Amino acid sequence: MGDERHLRRVILKRKVINVVMLTLSTLTAMYGLVWLFWILGDVLINGFRFISLQLFLNDPTPPGIEGGGLRHAFVGHFIITSLAALIGVPIGIGTGIFFAEYGRHSKLIKTFRNITDVLVSFPSIVIGTFVYALMVKPLGHFSAISGSVSLALLMIPVIAITTDEILKLVPNSLREAGYALGAHRWQVIKDISISAAKRGILTGVILGIARISGETAPLLFTSFNNNFFSLDITKPMASLTVTIFQYAMGPYEEWHRQAWAASLVLTFGTLLFFITAKAVVHGMRRTA
Amino acid sequence: MNNAPLKIEVKDLNFYYGRVHALRDINLNVYEKKVTAIIGPSGCGKTTLLRCFNRMHDLYPGNRYEGEIILYPDKVNIVGKEVDPIMVRMRIGMVFQKPNPFPKSIYENVAYGLKLKGIKKKSVLDEKVEQALRGAALWEEVKDRLHENAYSLSGGQQQRLCIARAIAPEPEVLLFDEPTSALDPISTAKIEDLIVELKNRLTILIVTHNMQQAARISDYTAFMYMGKLIEYGPTEKIFTKPDEKLTEDYITGRFG
Repeated sequence: MGDERHLRRVILKRKVINVVMLTLSTLTAMYGLVWLFWILGDVLINGFRFISLQLFLNDPTPPGIEGGGLRHAFVGHFIITSLAALIGVPIGIGTGIFFAEYGRHSKLIKTFRNITDVLVSFPSIVIGTFVYALMVKPLGHFSAISGSVSLALLMIPVIAITTDEILKLVPNSLREAGYALGAHRWQVIKDISISAAKRGILTGVILGIARISGETAPLLFTSFNNNFFSLDITKPMASLTVTIFQYAMGPYEEWHRQAWAASLVLTFGTLLFFITAKAVVHGMRRTA
Repeated sequence: MNNAPLKIEVKDLNFYYGRVHALRDINLNVYEKKVTAIIGPSGCGKTTLLRCFNRMHDLYPGNRYEGEIILYPDKVNIVGKEVDPIMVRMRIGMVFQKPNPFPKSIYENVAYGLKLKGIKKKSVLDEKVEQALRGAALWEEVKDRLHENAYSLSGGQQQRLCIARAIAPEPEVLLFDEPTSALDPISTAKIEDLIVELKNRLTILIVTHNMQQAARISDYTAFMYMGKLIEYGPTEKIFTKPDEKLTEDYITGRFG
């Protein structure tokens, strides 16, 4: 009888612990979610009020004059980000392939890989100052291309590490099957490893682009800003993030409104890109 | 004792994984269009020996061969440093322990080795893919779904697909590394029938730790123990009156 009472006490204790832990983990999850939805909601409500067609079609007007827009920043942001992806995606994927396929048995390359891992969470403002010293200073002026280079430097480690990780998941027996048929190393990498890992590699690319699309700090030192519409990548160019920063800090009510609207477009644009790209990758057939 | 021509002659072969001396002074004659089984307890070096024949060990650093493996009729030394492993692998195919089709369509799996040989013409590829699938007794099951992913097949079908993939480029020798150890009895029987069928066309070397399988399908059997070839001869002799006490102990299940 004493045994049974003891057992009941043990079970009750476990139940209590269970409820406590469940509550705690729910609360921590809620903590994150509350902030996320608060931010999203705030941006949505404030941004939506000020969004208009002219925001996309017009360039800025001098403060006080109605009818200005942020066309220059939308276009600039798109150019800087696309150019960064153009530079960063091939280098990132190539680096990842090198780590996973060629560097498997080399200690030196493993060290490089670990350094790259550290670079994933490297402060982006440091990258910005680095590119400032590397490009802006020698050239003598800010330029869109130096902005793209600093964003590319930010995305390369992200893409390289995901590519490396995903290629390591490809079973070695698949590679051996390719070699056993008389394939060269590059043929095995191209036809078997990459083909088996392409969805994962594309996910890495998406993560890389998502990582850079909201960056401000590295652009402050590189592409800087421009109040005028420009397509010249050797000159300063406006981006949404730097413009939001400038407008939000500015003294004019109109600027604040436009900053809210731009925040909305940036946030939901990135979200939309992320969801579409994920859906495309998910929908890709596994057969090549 | 037989009049089949020699296909492969292993001469004083030693093999090292770095400092580990894995194969010791192996001498072995493999005859053309016969099935030669390599048996022995786990860790005896039978898979290591098999992977010497297509230079699989070259894929990993620190491995070293000593001695010769002569491939007839042109007497190329397979493990010679001057010999390109890719040339060896084009002549000597391999089927692995676990089915390992590529994540591609059934057709693409079989066509891959052909494409590596430089065959590009669709009509030739189609014909050779069909031939190989028929040769692997898989054609009837897959002819209407050639462009489906290979992973839609069952495990036994996948292994026959791997055999089709290996025979499509028409190798002279085919290596089997415990090809049925991951399969159910019915699939195993199909693969065994297939191996017997295939020896009409090519020379087969098979590693197995299933002694009954060796007895059923092989013409010659090599028994290995601790990196050494203990005894080699016609399967019937090895299984009925082996010369070595160690072989007899293994065959009768006293260890292993």
